[in-house]
Amino acid sequence: MATLASSHTDTADSAQARAGRRFPAALIAYLQAAPLALILCSFLLLPILMIGTVSFWDYDFAAMYPDFVTFNYTETLGSWVTWKTYLNTLKFAFLVWGITLFIGFWVAYFLAFHVRSSAMQMVLFLVCTVPFLTSNIIRMISWIPVLGRNGLINSALLNAGVVSEPVEWLLYSDFAVVLAMVHLYTLFMVTPIFNTLMRIDKTLIEAARDAGASSWQTLLNVVLPLAKPGMAIGTIFVVTLVMADFSTVQVMSGGQSASVALMMKNQMSLLQYPAAAANAVILLALVLLMVAGILRIVDIRKEL
Amino acid sequence: MSKASEIDIVSVSKVYGTTIAVEAISLKIPGGTYCCLLGPSGCGKTSTLRMIAGHETINSGDIRLGNTVVTDLPPARRGTAMMFQSYALFPHLDLADNVAFSLKMKGMAKEERRAKAMTMLELMELQSYATRRPAQLSGGQQQRVALARALITNPQALLLDEPLSALDPFLKVRMRAELKKLQTSLGITFVHVTHSQEEAMALADLIVVMNDGRIEQAAAPRVVFEKPATAFVARFMGDHNVVSGRVTAHHDGIATVSVSQDTSFIAVDGVNSLDEVADLAIRTDRVRVGHRDGRGLGFTGEVTNIEYRGASVKLSVAGAGIDDFTAILRDSEFFANPIRVGEQLPLCWDKEDVIFLGRTRH
Repeated sequence: MATLASSHTDTADSAQARAGRRFPAALIAYLQAAPLALILCSFLLLPILMIGTVSFWDYDFAAMYPDFVTFNYTETLGSWVTWKTYLNTLKFAFLVWGITLFIGFWVAYFLAFHVRSSAMQMVLFLVCTVPFLTSNIIRMISWIPVLGRNGLINSALLNAGVVSEPVEWLLYSDFAVVLAMVHLYTLFMVTPIFNTLMRIDKTLIEAARDAGASSWQTLLNVVLPLAKPGMAIGTIFVVTLVMADFSTVQVMSGGQSASVALMMKNQMSLLQYPAAAANAVILLALVLLMVAGILRIVDIRKEL
Repeated sequence: MSKASEIDIVSVSKVYGTTIAVEAISLKIPGGTYCCLLGPSGCGKTSTLRMIAGHETINSGDIRLGNTVVTDLPPARRGTAMMFQSYALFPHLDLADNVAFSLKMKGMAKEERRAKAMTMLELMELQSYATRRPAQLSGGQQQRVALARALITNPQALLLDEPLSALDPFLKVRMRAELKKLQTSLGITFVHVTHSQEEAMALADLIVVMNDGRIEQAAAPRVVFEKPATAFVARFMGDHNVVSGRVTAHHDGIATVSVSQDTSFIAVDGVNSLDEVADLAIRTDRVRVGHRDGRGLGFTGEVTNIEYRGASVKLSVAGAGIDDFTAILRDSEFFANPIRVGEQLPLCWDKEDVIFLGRTRH
């Protein structure tokens, strides 16, 4: 008993001695979190604060003046151009979201459930990512020789005698914008849905079959509900990307269509920084609301 | 047609690529039987079950359930229901919807199917959890939900794929008793895949021991234990010493099998011809310490290990060309006359305790 007790105090003493040489535990935790906090503060929080501040400043054609005025907001929200642009951007977002969700789900479904070997799954998935080896702009511009007046599609249609003169709405139209965006962003939908589908226990599909479900019933009652978190994450990616897009809209619509980001870019090129900042704050609020809405509908926590 | 139908498997084979998982097995499982498919992993027992369920195509042969040949029918039209190893409960549905899933697939109205599911959950004593998700339940509760979901279709046969393997040992024994009770009260055929001989003996009316895609023996538990058909069965069921040797003499229905240069054992009912290899099984609990007058019913070896097991003591003995021969002694017997490791120990047994094992035709 005596030896036991003494050895116990020994260990307690040495533990105390070791703790004394160390930093307090709380400080270590803060130190560990510091690098990321620093990066987020300087590259995310600070810029947003700056944009927020500038949005209340006054400006003329040459300079900005620190002030507290609200006409940047009242002007932006009071103009029917802004509302039309927002509606147009939301229209793009909705169309692109719907199409990428449809294509993304089926591509992911095919990869996850119809490709048997995991090696083949990986190969096909990598094939999906090949276009991403080139830049956004190049992938976008490469549509022009396909869709243009003398492009591949029009010359094919003309030569086949289907149309007598080139189809005009193929390029520099909303159609072209949506097409290019779908091309650019579908992978952002495929990846999270594929990830979710791969986590579905295959015996669940068998269990559904055992209970008499047809393949459509299995899809509707088992696969789709379980794919929801992946769809939500893909939706967040696609919606935020489309809402912030200006280059695709500019290039593919030939300047005939507008988006919120494009409007901001134009304001900035006219040195109307406070107006652009107000616009940015409004867009940020709208996108955050949309993301919050998605997160309310679907619980994505188990995917992260 | 009676509710419990006979399952008849007629020379069924299953081939995956170049490996043969199940090789032309034939088996009759009478209606209302608790049948255990027993064997080591990779022996084809799960493939067999999945073929009965319809989740695996059959390469050749036929399966009949009751009066219907179900070989080419989809799972839901066979009158079987399967309970999966990991239970495969739908994580996004609550218990009532999980249980009612097959009714929903048939297009039954919501109120009606939820009511039926509630009756089923009551049977499993889970009615108070009806609105919970499977993840909020313990392993034993999940298993009961899986049972309820399988039974709601009123199957003629319930197929269970290692239903107890995910449970802790204590719960395993309790759920085992519940399964047996359920099978008795429902009176339908249960086909249960397991790799635990203890589980099979506790539950089954019919044990089917499988190895390498073939059936080694299909019989009542007591027969399988007391009269194992092959060396594999004797080893797999445990509590047997399996000794191999060559048949050297053969008269009056008694065979002499030589296991090493100077040791031979005798056994009743040796049908093998002379000079053929033969296996003998000797129950470990029937081996006694001591000499015997009759020749060929014992040997002397060195004690290599002693394990105390409470009610019994397990002795490992090596000698006479046998590396590991086990004798189980009652604790009172052992402590009345203790034995130490390294001692030379004479062992003997009765003629009736030696089983002449057949050879598998591999």
